Amino acid sequence: MTTTLTISALTKTYDGVRALSDVSLHVAAGERVALLGHNGAGKSTLMKIILGLIAADTGDISVCGAAPGSMAARGAVAYLPENAAFHPALTGMEQISHYLRLRGEPASKAMGLLDRVGLGHAAKRRIGTYSKGMRQRVGLAQTLIGAPRLLVLDEPTSGLDPVSRRDFYTLLDGLASDGAAILLSSHALTEVEARTDRLLILSGGKMVAQGTLGDLRREAALPVVMQLTARNGFAPDLMAALPGLGQDLRISCCQADKLPTLARIAALEAKIADLDVMPPSLEDIYSHFSRRDGQ
Amino acid sequence: MIDRILATAITEAHIARRNRWVAIAVLLMVVFSLVLAAAGSAATGALGADRLSVVVASLTSLSVYLVPLVALLMSFDAVAGEVERGTLPLLLTYPGARWEILLGKLLAHLGILALAIVAGYGAAAVAAIATDPRAAAGLPALWRLTWTSVLLGATFLCAGYALSSLARRPSGAAGLAIGLWLGLVVLYDLGLLAAIVADDGGVFTTRFFPLALLANPADAFRLFNLAASEATAAAAGVGGAAASIPLWQSLSPLLAWPVAALALAALAFRRVVP
Repeated sequence: MTTTLTISALTKTYDGVRALSDVSLHVAAGERVALLGHNGAGKSTLMKIILGLIAADTGDISVCGAAPGSMAARGAVAYLPENAAFHPALTGMEQISHYLRLRGEPASKAMGLLDRVGLGHAAKRRIGTYSKGMRQRVGLAQTLIGAPRLLVLDEPTSGLDPVSRRDFYTLLDGLASDGAAILLSSHALTEVEARTDRLLILSGGKMVAQGTLGDLRREAALPVVMQLTARNGFAPDLMAALPGLGQDLRISCCQADKLPTLARIAALEAKIADLDVMPPSLEDIYSHFSRRDGQ
Repeated sequence: MIDRILATAITEAHIARRNRWVAIAVLLMVVFSLVLAAAGSAATGALGADRLSVVVASLTSLSVYLVPLVALLMSFDAVAGEVERGTLPLLLTYPGARWEILLGKLLAHLGILALAIVAGYGAAAVAAIATDPRAAAGLPALWRLTWTSVLLGATFLCAGYALSSLARRPSGAAGLAIGLWLGLVVLYDLGLLAAIVADDGGVFTTRFFPLALLANPADAFRLFNLAASEATAAAAGVGGAAASIPLWQSLSPLLAWPVAALALAALAFRRVVP
């Protein structure tokens, strides 16, 4: 795989405050990467540096082999800002036509793009009359112009209903399979979990973790929780037999002890009505990493 | 590059049409021009000049106030509005230099302003020619007034973009724009007048006064049109000064200011961090 975006040892300081320190990352062609972090963790700053809107203090960035913000880079990168905003007096059609012309594409493609994001029916209405979700979809439509090699999406699904979110990720899958690299930030951890290849976690301007969800789960080594349901009247027996089992019949154990614990539970089969095994959620893993440094 | 400039111009034209700026600018120019054409007709007999030349002299005095005002009103929001709406970061990630965006906006706004000027002056000319058969003699003066008004408009449009970039907030930009208008169009002349009175024919009046007049695009516009017009006698005020300054001297700042103002606007816009 070829690398579309490479960042090494990036540092940015605002008025003496470190917004980003020593951030390194790479996104390969066809890869979908989620950027997670609290508000103020540096996600938007990082994206603006990648787009060339603001300059980094130190560090190297290569966007499709060019410097960020150069004509070559801007021609290859599509951006969706958080809370995409447009001039309220323009119609969706006029706005997309404008963006098409700026990228040297014929304005006649506007209707097709709006149809792809489900806005065909509202194409001739002013954006001022659109809902937040519809504005977000205008934003999505403009990221589909041309064949961007890198998509930088700042909270792309905020304001979208569940069905639109699913449609959005289907669009992304199509773009990724065509070879586009995708870097998106999100607060919706569950959808990111299912629809991206790799996670990056920023905290306090530092990259505190990166890898697949499986990598992060192993690295975090968070306890697994098992929830037992006792057969009638056997709850006290279970608590006596399994040290660590609480009044609520929950037991937690580290990853390494998972199988031995299960074996001990299985030995008590006659007294147990049901068992649920709950692995650490993405929220747990995320909190683990984003709290580890400085928060 | 040309495609991108045109793309911006088309979009800005849509916005101006929706925001009624086209209608407002045209209506303003037509109404004021017709009022002047009607009012100016009373004095012609005594002066011996044709009616259109007299109207042109009146229109010159009107345009020096109205054209900069309309231009600043159209342009003060250009950059600050994009910043406030949050549309600027996305726009700047598209291919194209920042000056291309400004040039696109200028093309659209100047087109609208030119339309308003032509509609206004045209209406006044029709009214003058309809009532005085000799009025056609004033057409060259009217044509000169038209293209210099467009240049004056371009200067103040670009000045508006520069202020818009410096202020970064529409309210701040509006304040600066009104300040610039008051300063250059109203107070500047009053200041010069006060200086001349205080100087009483000294070095300031003979050496610096003509330069000070030429440095201000609004005054250069007035000087050029009054000096070139045959109806100089009909105009009060700077008519005397106009006669003593060669035409090329008042024309040069008219040509140079739009370019200089655009350069200033581009510099100011470059410093805007989205």
